Amino acid sequence: MNSNDFKQTVKAIYIKLVLFFALLVFVAIMLIIKITNPSFLNTQKEEVEVNQYVSTDGIDPNEIKNGIHLPTGFKEGDGLFEVVISCTPCHSAKLVTQNRATKEGWSSIIKWMQETQNLWDLGENESIIVNYLATHYAPENKGRRENLKDIDWYDLK
Amino acid sequence: MKRRHFIKKSLLSSAATLIGGNIIYSASMPDNYTPLVFQDPDPYKLFGKDPEMTILNNKPWNIEAKAHLLNDNVTPNKSMFVRNNGLIPQDIDVSKWTITFDGESVVSSKTYTLQDLKTKFKHYTYQLTLECGGNGRSEFNPPAKGNQWTIGAVSCAEWTGVRLKDVLEDVGIKNNAVYIGYHGADIHLSKDPTKEAISRGVPMYKAYQEETLLAFKMNGEDIPLTHGYPLRLVAGGWPASTSGKWIKGISVRDKIHDGAKMKAPSYTVPCNTVSPGDKVKEENMCIIESMPVKSLITYPKTGAMINEGESLNIKGHAWAGELAVKSMAYSIDFGATWNTCVLNKPINRLAWQHFNATIKFPKKGYYEVWAKATDENGVSQPMIVPGWNPKGYLNNACHRIAVKVK
Repeated sequence: MNSNDFKQTVKAIYIKLVLFFALLVFVAIMLIIKITNPSFLNTQKEEVEVNQYVSTDGIDPNEIKNGIHLPTGFKEGDGLFEVVISCTPCHSAKLVTQNRATKEGWSSIIKWMQETQNLWDLGENESIIVNYLATHYAPENKGRRENLKDIDWYDLK
Repeated sequence: MKRRHFIKKSLLSSAATLIGGNIIYSASMPDNYTPLVFQDPDPYKLFGKDPEMTILNNKPWNIEAKAHLLNDNVTPNKSMFVRNNGLIPQDIDVSKWTITFDGESVVSSKTYTLQDLKTKFKHYTYQLTLECGGNGRSEFNPPAKGNQWTIGAVSCAEWTGVRLKDVLEDVGIKNNAVYIGYHGADIHLSKDPTKEAISRGVPMYKAYQEETLLAFKMNGEDIPLTHGYPLRLVAGGWPASTSGKWIKGISVRDKIHDGAKMKAPSYTVPCNTVSPGDKVKEENMCIIESMPVKSLITYPKTGAMINEGESLNIKGHAWAGELAVKSMAYSIDFGATWNTCVLNKPINRLAWQHFNATIKFPKKGYYEVWAKATDENGVSQPMIVPGWNPKGYLNNACHRIAVKVK
């Protein structure tokens, strides 16, 4: 083997090594971006978004009437908008407004959603949300059996 | 700009305006989450439901019947409750639909097309009672979290399909099989493709029952989309969450299935009874199997007014999970005295039974007609809400309707 051949072989190996390390660095950078921003390179987004029953016609997203936030049915109060933006991305407001719980109860529901349902860290909003819910959707003592209510009387023919 | 993105931005910015600052954590909200602030105007048309049905939740869809809507002997789609845990699958291609059997306890995994299932195995038709484990949750005190079902999360439709046991025998199951777990095509609410909305199941003895079906027809027609089209597991008499919808797979497990919503507190009750409001550790919660004895007065609708001297005919259904109902009684004096109803035998095991009675009232006034079923083991419905449990399952308290005699 002459020295020219040897030089060329070394050069070829050198180029391959540089390319290999460049690729490694590229993959590492992509991975870091993907880890810090999970939706990066996510191609499924548009597809899954189709499944939403959203009608926007003629409703003002901020309209409040008689103490009720019309688009969601939530009661007006401090924390309403933190609740709207945190609770309604995944499920309907109805799942919240039909429930009643104490502060402790609402906190445990949030914890359950974070542990099992992909709810994100609510940060400082959590206490605002829990206060709002425990104030406006607090439990009432129903006893062991309530009276029948809202009876719609009619003549039976 | 897409309309939805515009709305999201305008909502977030107007929310920010209202609270006088930035929404601190809106930045940490993933991009593909859009707050659902607008609600669909007509799900009744979408699902073919009676306009008197009650919508508890529209994401996911949860809709219940009122007692008088359930008067048919066989529940039609229009009055059948909807309980979804995730989002309904879209764009179902029946020609490509397959079901795969896998898990630790299959000899080897096996996939069938829908056509294979329909042609290889014998078809059976049964009327099967499906009741949501949380039916009646709204009455628990202190309240239990979840959809606040009143009385209408129950149905008894006619299901046609193949026996799960016939298919399991064809697949080949090892002796160490303990439980089956289903996998459906529905989408998790968070839209995370790695998460299942719900994946529950039953122990092998229930999987091997003759009435446990992989069904492709409901009331003689294709199963409606929201009830599991094109393939649904039907395990009558058990919490309806065991009757998985949009079935794509069955895992035969060598242990209790550990899919989504198998873990406490979901579909579990304290193994030992607790006092109302108690905290119960996960390991002290037991999975619900057969549903308890229960009944509904489906005729007349509550609020009936009759004239003095007229008699009142009542009708309804009674069911008892794995068991049959032995007797049915009604009371018009809040349980002080009970009278017997005429009770039919079930058309097949796990179907609800129909009852009727003719009632005479002694004088004018306000009455409540209470109904009480007793199962073949002599266990009756309580008049008050039964044992409290953290998630508010198994409320089988007596149903009643209001009647006025003028």
